[in-house]
Amino acid sequence: MSYRNDPYDPKQVALLDPAALEEAVAAAVRAFAAAADLRELTALKPAHLGDRAPVSLARREIGALPPAAKSDAGKRVNVARQAVDAAYAARAAVLEAEAAARMLAEERVDVTLPTDRRPRGARHPVSALMERAADLFVAMGYEVAEGPEAELEWYNFDALNFVPDHPARTMMDTFYLAAADAAAGRTAGDHAGTGASGLVLRTHTSPVQVRALLSRKLPVHVVCTGRVYRTDELDATHLPVFHQIEGLVVDRGITMAHLKGTLDHFVTSMFGPAAKTRLRPSYFPFTEPSAELDLWFPEHRDGPRWVEWGGCGMVNPRVLRACGVDPDEYSGFAFGMGIDRALMFRHGVTDLRDLVEGDVRFSGAFGMGV
Amino acid sequence: MRLPVSWLREYVDAPTDPAELERALVRVGLEVEEIVDLGSAVTGSLVVGRVSAVEELTGFKKPIRYCLVDVGRANGTGAPQEIVCGARNFGEGDLVVVILPGGELPGGFGIGERRTYGRMSRGMICSGRELGISDDHDGIMVLPPGAGEPGADARGLVGLDEVVVEVNVTPDRGYCFSVRGIARELAASLGLPFRDPAAAAALTGTPTPAYPARVADPSACDRFAAVAVRGLDPAAPSPAWLARRLTQAGMRPICLPVDVTNYVMLELGQPMHAFDLAALRGGLVIRRADPGEKLTTLDGAVRGLHPEDVVIADDSGVVSLAAVMGGASTEVSGTTTDLLLEAAHWDPVTVARTARRHKLPSEASRRYERGVDPTLPGVALRRAGELLAAHGGGAVGADVLDIDTVPPREPVLLPVDLPARTTGVPYPADRVRALLTLVGCAVAPAAGPESGPDARWEVLPPAWRPDLRDPADLVEEVARLDGYDRIPSVLPIAPPGRGLTDAQRRRRDVARALAEGGASETLSFPFLDPGVWDALGVPADDPRRAMLRLANPMSDVAPALRTRLLPGLLAAVRRNVGRGHRDVALYELGLVFGPPPAAGVPPPLRVDDRPAAADLAAADRFLPAQPQHVAVVLAGDVAPAGWWGAGRPASWADAAAAARTVLAAAGVPAARTALRQAEFAPWHPGRCAEVLVDGEVVGHAGELHPAACAALEVPARTCAAELNLDRLPLPGVVLAPRLSGFPPALIDVALVVAEETPAGAVHAALTAGAGKLLESIRLFDVYRGDAQLGAGRKSLAYKLTFRAADRTLTAEEAVAARDAAVAEAAARTGATLRGA
Repeated sequence: MSYRNDPYDPKQVALLDPAALEEAVAAAVRAFAAAADLRELTALKPAHLGDRAPVSLARREIGALPPAAKSDAGKRVNVARQAVDAAYAARAAVLEAEAAARMLAEERVDVTLPTDRRPRGARHPVSALMERAADLFVAMGYEVAEGPEAELEWYNFDALNFVPDHPARTMMDTFYLAAADAAAGRTAGDHAGTGASGLVLRTHTSPVQVRALLSRKLPVHVVCTGRVYRTDELDATHLPVFHQIEGLVVDRGITMAHLKGTLDHFVTSMFGPAAKTRLRPSYFPFTEPSAELDLWFPEHRDGPRWVEWGGCGMVNPRVLRACGVDPDEYSGFAFGMGIDRALMFRHGVTDLRDLVEGDVRFSGAFGMGV
Repeated sequence: MRLPVSWLREYVDAPTDPAELERALVRVGLEVEEIVDLGSAVTGSLVVGRVSAVEELTGFKKPIRYCLVDVGRANGTGAPQEIVCGARNFGEGDLVVVILPGGELPGGFGIGERRTYGRMSRGMICSGRELGISDDHDGIMVLPPGAGEPGADARGLVGLDEVVVEVNVTPDRGYCFSVRGIARELAASLGLPFRDPAAAAALTGTPTPAYPARVADPSACDRFAAVAVRGLDPAAPSPAWLARRLTQAGMRPICLPVDVTNYVMLELGQPMHAFDLAALRGGLVIRRADPGEKLTTLDGAVRGLHPEDVVIADDSGVVSLAAVMGGASTEVSGTTTDLLLEAAHWDPVTVARTARRHKLPSEASRRYERGVDPTLPGVALRRAGELLAAHGGGAVGADVLDIDTVPPREPVLLPVDLPARTTGVPYPADRVRALLTLVGCAVAPAAGPESGPDARWEVLPPAWRPDLRDPADLVEEVARLDGYDRIPSVLPIAPPGRGLTDAQRRRRDVARALAEGGASETLSFPFLDPGVWDALGVPADDPRRAMLRLANPMSDVAPALRTRLLPGLLAAVRRNVGRGHRDVALYELGLVFGPPPAAGVPPPLRVDDRPAAADLAAADRFLPAQPQHVAVVLAGDVAPAGWWGAGRPASWADAAAAARTVLAAAGVPAARTALRQAEFAPWHPGRCAEVLVDGEVVGHAGELHPAACAALEVPARTCAAELNLDRLPLPGVVLAPRLSGFPPALIDVALVVAEETPAGAVHAALTAGAGKLLESIRLFDVYRGDAQLGAGRKSLAYKLTFRAADRTLTAEEAVAARDAAVAEAAARTGATLRGA
């Protein structure tokens, strides 16, 4: 208790003694250091920083001092009080850090536990490869053209200069659709390679060339990816249903050098900078000159080699004429390659049946893209 | 086309090194199927054997012979060799080809001594196919009498000292179905001289014909030539070299006259026919068949003829299906001494149709369809006559029949700069001219300017190249003979494109969303068994059963084109489950096929110019609808069991969620979509939703009917969704929301409704009633079975979030909005506040 204007009594101000204050600070520091955790430290707070703590009591005694001594004593008490506060805060910081570290240690998990709570899906690699190929041409300014899979014979054959009764018409083994009125019985696509219905499952993506030329303004730069059909028995190297990418460019002044340049760019983008193209003379009714496209593929599973990949050539003027394009003014090139075949050598597929059976392990191995 | 290289070398100094030969052929567009060095494929003792005894073994599934074969001292002992043989085309005394134990046949087929059919067999009597020299496997090779002594090495006798090349001939190059054609291409490829086997003098027509004949239909036959060969020795065999070359070319030697006509065909490319002169009755007529006429062809089949078929007839009726196959009645027999040799030129289209109509592709029809040099008949007759005279003792008649109405070729006008403009290679004019001359063309400047862009050449293609009709055809000749490898690589600049269309981008977005959702993409065949709809329990009159059918399906089991993706996906599920994957999530994007919208046949469209728009549209009306569908199938667990707890089996809700994933990925705003209770096979009648966009059904989702799962052998409770992507509206431009920074007011309400009230209806009522302050609404609990609720009732608990754009909502405002929402739900669905 301190009372204003009380006469100075050394007994009443014993706690203001410098030695006593020093001892109070030292006692607090010792006690705080001994606290094992934050709970113990907090429990020590009243004894050393509370109202009845020595430094608090010492502050009350200042009133008992003569005015001349008050300032000096006040400073001493403040210093002592700050020392105890600092000691408390320092110890609290240490104990908090320890507690946080302990909690983190206790919360440790085994990160090698499996985490696949949701199974992973996958794109089909054929779809992914078609998109990749199409994207390359879209980046070059081409547009992606489309057409039906059940197609009129005129688009699949006639307009592409497959003359009726020419052996070229039988080059591709064709699925013919039965005539609608014969749906109940069986009809044969017998006479002269023509189905009774006038409809086929497209044997190549080339009918889309015709649809593109008939529906678009010149110049035309298009690619088409999609399914095609031929009556090949399913085995490790043949599919009756497979996929192609087709390209068509018709403009003024287009040459076979442009075809070669486009193919070179395509194969290096798809198969790496060391890939090369080679054109071999061949025959397709819808191109003249025509070429088979061979691809030098250095990363082939069985060592670098040439692989046959597709056909190409300059659009036959007869095709341009059937599409209403003047071949004296315009020329064009076209190419078509097998996507499944590309997947086969690009990714070392050994059995094409894996592409069509829908086994989740197959698509799963490729993930979201190729 | 398969040929021994030694034959080619008679007309061009072709390389014998297989790799060099292949390069030379490929460079000019002849794709090499294989080059076989026959000698290197057979190792060990291959010797002549004389069959000394044959014992028929019976009691086996097929007739088997136990033979004793004299192989001289080739077996070291001189004793007859015991060989068990399954062939029957030989007898005692015949000379055969024997491979002794220790030898090896093509394909690494090692020969040993073994016990078979109860006897010892020490070696093998070989067929042409086993030796790798022909495709003939109808029996073993029987050598001509006197071909060699037993025990002598047989390699030379059967032509195993030969390299054989097989070339794929494209349909435009009929002339390459001959030694003449391939030798010419090789010469051009290698820059070597070519010795034309057709350059020798030809037989020419005489005033008195070899045999009376008349061409009644010149549109079918513009050249018909014949000569008689009399006094042949019917027993004279074909010389061994000739028979061997036929064998190496893949043809079976038969008898001298037939072998000679085949030999000349292979050499020149001119098919020929030999009639037994004594069997012909009266003059020949080349005409179309009469309705109802029949012909027994050489293969013994009786064929009803079609009025479009072209035939050769005599007074007895039809004696030959012209250009396709001869008739049996005038066939050369073992007693024939006098022949009428025929060589003609037939209309390719007529031949093609006849061969296909009668399913009779022959060596002759294959060549005529692709075009035969019409100048050859006289050459071929002379060559065949000489061979028959030399090896059969016959005399070639002096009279020659030659009815020749072959029209002259029209020249092609070739702009001089067209090859360069087409390929980008600056061929000098004289180079173009030289290459076309090499092909056999006659090149002369056309009328008009001699240089400049309008300069043209008049190019007369050779008789053997009917395929060269257009300037572009000539350009290809120049380009390929100059070399495609000389064409530079120039990347053209495309005009600015517009990227993928919205529909194309959307398909990718949907595919990726489903894959990211855990499903694997499959690409199944679109061929279906129509019975699948019975298995799926689909009603008899369901439009999904109206499927297009293939005229020539791969398999009679699956002759129809899918109208939905689901059956194919279920088959893939079954395959996966069969392979041990019990938890399967699959999806597919693809076209499905509707029936053709119109009955009948599309109208013919022109090809010489763009068809009229109306004609194109009329034809397209016969195209079946082919919408793009997407389907998802889920079987087993969609979330696997693990250390985190139990797995979660696929349910109707996962299928519904997949449908919503598709709609969201396709950019259809949720507000325009809805799911509605439906009964639709093959779904479970109580667990099927129809998916609506703007009130129109675009697909279905839910759990499949237990009977459908059982019938298709997929796991019980398999779930599925299928949507027609083409029915989804393309995404418009999304308007950005204005985000309010003011705090939300959250209020939960629990509503009690009748069990059959759809949650969707309550949701819609709450949304409508809550007004503009409602930011979101979420159903967080469905509760049943409390006595307080009463039977047949359920409690739906919703979390409503209210927020204003411009102020903090007061409690009163939020409660008023909630009350309005509940009132609307009460009005529309009879809902009451739980506990109220």
